[in-house]
Amino acid sequence: MEAYLSLFIKAVFVENLALAFFLGMCTFLAVSKKISTAMGLGVAVLVVQTLTVPVNNIIYNHLLKEGGLSWMGLPDVDLSFLALLSCIGVTAAIVQILEMVLDRFFPALFNALGIFLPLITVNCAILGGSLFMIERDYNLSESIVYGLGSGLGWALAITAMAGIREKLKYSDVPEGLQGLGITFITAGLMSLGFMSFSGIQL
Amino acid sequence: MSSETRKIILDPLVDNNPITLQVLGICSALAVTSQLSTALIMCVALTTVTACSSASISLIRNHIPSSIRIIVQMTIIASLVIVVDQILKAFAYDASKQLSVFVGLIITNCIVMGRAEAYAMKNPPLQSFIDGIGNGLGYSLILIAVAVIRELFGSGKLLGNVVFPLVQDGGWYVSNGLLLLPPSAFFIIGLLIWGIRTLKPVQVEKPDHSIIPTAHGTDVHLEVH
Repeated sequence: MEAYLSLFIKAVFVENLALAFFLGMCTFLAVSKKISTAMGLGVAVLVVQTLTVPVNNIIYNHLLKEGGLSWMGLPDVDLSFLALLSCIGVTAAIVQILEMVLDRFFPALFNALGIFLPLITVNCAILGGSLFMIERDYNLSESIVYGLGSGLGWALAITAMAGIREKLKYSDVPEGLQGLGITFITAGLMSLGFMSFSGIQL
Repeated sequence: MSSETRKIILDPLVDNNPITLQVLGICSALAVTSQLSTALIMCVALTTVTACSSASISLIRNHIPSSIRIIVQMTIIASLVIVVDQILKAFAYDASKQLSVFVGLIITNCIVMGRAEAYAMKNPPLQSFIDGIGNGLGYSLILIAVAVIRELFGSGKLLGNVVFPLVQDGGWYVSNGLLLLPPSAFFIIGLLIWGIRTLKPVQVEKPDHSIIPTAHGTDVHLEVH
């Protein structure tokens, strides 16, 4: 249990996908102007991440990995080069299914998330989470915890960023730094803040 | 080279740079720049994928039904990235270990997808190929600039060769450890954007809110009674 807790804390703070690995930066910078939209996107990423990482884990371990097909009587087949294609395919499929389910059963949430759901397919945080899962060889329960933690970390980071940017409206930013430039510097300072978690050994 | 081709290649370098102006493909730009060698490999990989995917998508652009075009583009890009990944694993294993997941993340790099969607779907293969190379070079320019600054001042080396001998090795240079940490990439790109926009004021963004200067004498004076 402790191992899972430490994996969770590590995924949320120490190895924050947005601020330590710079994943999902494009959306992180583009959709962080208002807290409400940023939170919507954050929740969407959290949900999709929690679903895709375990699903990719099952597919990778039982279909693609070397020896993964042994249950079919094919112990020598190694399809791991297909991992990239299957990860992105699974992500796109899950986003699509989630969109239909939300539309049918939770229309209010569907409207709130709006255009962000399809955008998530090309969010590198999702694909990155799955690829890290493969690289670090997590098992199924670890991958559930990792998916939840990394999604939460990303949601936390984008919400905090939006909060800072809302306050930033009142500051007098030099002309050339206006918009994108100052956002980068802010993200750098936030990332410095998150770096202070990096010494923590759990 | 005709003037049009030159324009397609040179335009994305500064005037319409994918990173500093279009805000595309930043994820990998920040993560692989602590060393020049990994940054160079990443540049070559991304430029190849962008150019080839633009060319092949443009070849079949008239046959792709628009409702499934994203999936078709994704599949083409993912297949090209798999090829690049396998080549790297075969010929540059150490580098591919260092780049870890970032080669795979070229799939979701918005530059590749963005050029496919914005240019290759409307233009013939050769122009699309050149456009892909141009945008890849624009990306490479920023990546190399950031990587040079980070490696040179962070560890006193370039491509692993000692340029500034470090104090702990008996030299004179005290390395700036901050530059090896992830946040420095944000600062460097932020400052680069500032520099480019000072040179090219057209790119300056309009502020959402401006501060109204108060007329002289109407300021609220805080006085301690």
